[in-house]
Amino acid sequence: MSLLSSLFQHSFSHGVHPEGYKEATVDLPIQRVPFVSRYLMPLGQHIGVPARPVVKVGQQLRRGQMIAEPGGFMSTALHSPVTGKVVDIGPHRHQDGSFKLAIEIEADPYATQRMEPQPPKDWEAMPMAEFVSEVQRAGIVGMGGAAFPAHVKYSIPDTQHIDEVLVNGAECEPYLTNDHRLMMERPEALIRGTEILMRKLGARRATIGVEDNKPDAIALLRGLLGGTAIEVASLPMKYPQGAEKMLIKAVYDREVPAGQLPRDLGILVNNVGTVVAIADWFDRGIPLIERVVTVSGPGAAYPANLIVPLGTPVREVLRFCGGLKEETREVVMGGPMMGAPTASLDVPVLKGTSGILAFTEAETRTGTEYPCIRCGRCLEACPYFLNPSRFARLAKARLFEEAKGFHLMDCVECGSCTFACPSNIPIVQLIRTAKNNLRSRKP
Amino acid sequence: MKEPTLIAAPYSHAKTSVSRTMGLVMLALLPATLFGLYQFGWPAIFLFTVTLISAVAAEAFSLRLAGKPVGLFLKDGSALLSGWLLAMTLPPWAPWWIGVIGAFLAIVVGKQIFGGLGQNLFNPAMVARVALLISFPLELTLFTAPSPLFSASAPGFLEGLAVTFGGSNAIDAVASATPLGHFKTELGRGLTLGQASEGTGSLWQLAWGQIPGSLGETSALLILLGGLFLIHKKVIGWHIPLAMLAGLALPAALFHGLYPGQYVGPLTHLVSGAAMLGAFFIATDLVTSPVSRSGQLLFGAGCGLLVYVIRTWAGYPEGVAFAVMLMNACTPLIDHYLRPRIYGRDRRGEPLNTDGKRENT
Repeated sequence: MSLLSSLFQHSFSHGVHPEGYKEATVDLPIQRVPFVSRYLMPLGQHIGVPARPVVKVGQQLRRGQMIAEPGGFMSTALHSPVTGKVVDIGPHRHQDGSFKLAIEIEADPYATQRMEPQPPKDWEAMPMAEFVSEVQRAGIVGMGGAAFPAHVKYSIPDTQHIDEVLVNGAECEPYLTNDHRLMMERPEALIRGTEILMRKLGARRATIGVEDNKPDAIALLRGLLGGTAIEVASLPMKYPQGAEKMLIKAVYDREVPAGQLPRDLGILVNNVGTVVAIADWFDRGIPLIERVVTVSGPGAAYPANLIVPLGTPVREVLRFCGGLKEETREVVMGGPMMGAPTASLDVPVLKGTSGILAFTEAETRTGTEYPCIRCGRCLEACPYFLNPSRFARLAKARLFEEAKGFHLMDCVECGSCTFACPSNIPIVQLIRTAKNNLRSRKP
Repeated sequence: MKEPTLIAAPYSHAKTSVSRTMGLVMLALLPATLFGLYQFGWPAIFLFTVTLISAVAAEAFSLRLAGKPVGLFLKDGSALLSGWLLAMTLPPWAPWWIGVIGAFLAIVVGKQIFGGLGQNLFNPAMVARVALLISFPLELTLFTAPSPLFSASAPGFLEGLAVTFGGSNAIDAVASATPLGHFKTELGRGLTLGQASEGTGSLWQLAWGQIPGSLGETSALLILLGGLFLIHKKVIGWHIPLAMLAGLALPAALFHGLYPGQYVGPLTHLVSGAAMLGAFFIATDLVTSPVSRSGQLLFGAGCGLLVYVIRTWAGYPEGVAFAVMLMNACTPLIDHYLRPRIYGRDRRGEPLNTDGKRENT
């Protein structure tokens, strides 16, 4: 039966099937992490322009108050995750080990942290430009991991029109269940947010793409969506289905031309977390001050799905989950396929932090590297139909320009090639090196 | 506390490795190999053992000479596999030095001179096979009729030692032509296919492998079994084997259909000689075949077609080794021209336009 149905399900071509490891957290309801004493809000949490502080050291803050305004169009606002006061605005350790400007907030231990209820906003009457600036003021970004400012996607040029809203509930990264739990526990907000986006963008239809390892979420959403213009697409499990362009291929069987955006095809893709954030802002006036994070991995004492106030130090989140097991070697922010190891446990949870994963020797071990045996596994893994082994070979020889000629820059660094390589060649890592090298050469 | 490793995502890896890949191929070769060893008795067992040991020794010697970690690279299993494949293609009663020289040619000339694992242009086993055939045509074309272990006609342990190591000419007594050799000679004399067929076994005997032939090539069915196992395990794709068998069978069917009296039929072609072994184990060698699917189809079809041409019109009764090597030489070219279409781009690498058609620039 499952074989038969998978024949009729659409998906993208190539890709890989990593072990899911989602059972540790899939049935755990989302818990709220208690407030801690200190929070750190880095001004730049995504590509684009960092936010500009609008508060001073020593200033009292209410929870949800704007603390930094957008520094430009490719920038979003920041809000205080707690009631408290600003204790520092200066360089602080970032996830990648560098120092970046951040606002440090000390929580008021006697405050209730309750937010005043806000009347719903009249988004229907709003002109589109105002809607876009509202989203920007709410600090909403893509919650799937890249944290790309959401309002940028809603600023559609006059010559274009969005026909389809595609909600990304694929969650193809192993271990992560935060999107799954959000769909299970807040389906009304998800549907509400989808409706707001459809109406404002003038889209005819919306589709929620969900991988079929989440049958409960699919059934729940389908039950609530009967007779609406929103449908649920059940997608066969495959990595990287949650990558925007792959999801479009899987759901619509269309390809986004190289160098173009989904909106050029009339499609808007948003993660489920982003859509829920839209509903929270326009219905309840809550800006982006917290997010759902999956804590998991063999090194985590008690895996969990958590609502974490942004800016909470990773150390505090892990402490709430019973800490790390002794055999933990590395803590990774995001999923295991595309996430990054964190330089310090003092770094905060950011808008794009979907997971905090504790990995042991078994996950972090790199096998002995053998020469490429030209088996072609990486070619069959690459969802873009690139030749990863060629990139690896050229990168090792430092022939970066030549690699670019084979469309190196089309690579989204999903890591499927490294996953599939029997010779343990760090292919995607070499590709990142090559891409960084090419980028830094630009004047 | 171990040294911290500097790594980055992905933190997940498929359960695969070079040695596992090689191990699966050897496992797939096992049924046909055991059948061959049983069917051709002690001399075959000795030759097989000598060839494999020589291959590993040649690999260790080369690695040492090149200053590479010997233990690490021996563990990958590729030398053992090359030796194994070579032994499969040798006449089962060939003298021991054929195995030794062949293994040396395969590993040192065929592989290590190019830079070792993954660097060779030609299939190492076929390099050795062709070099041996040209250098020692007599030893490489003396085949025996099957004489299964422990049967009355089979040589005992000591007689077997004499055949392989002692230069015994027992082989002269049992020498027999392979079906392909037989057809070549008889059709060449102007006989019709019907008359020539009397000297060879039935199609079933050919498929099952109770015929004179190379050590591990005779049983087309057992090789097919191993090949299907490899496809099931995703070690090889179906593209090269299918294309190669089709490339051989289609012209065979055409000529046999037009001139049934003069050309051997497609089924006979498929089950005799090294066709099956070549299609599933030789042409599919990962290192020396194209990486893209379309390239593999072209490569396989080219192999099959060349096998047919060599078998039918060239001087040798069998041409798998030559055909595969000729196509190996084309692999870089095929890989250069037959690249898959990249997502969001057309075949020339230009971006698609939004309605999915090519930009007119």
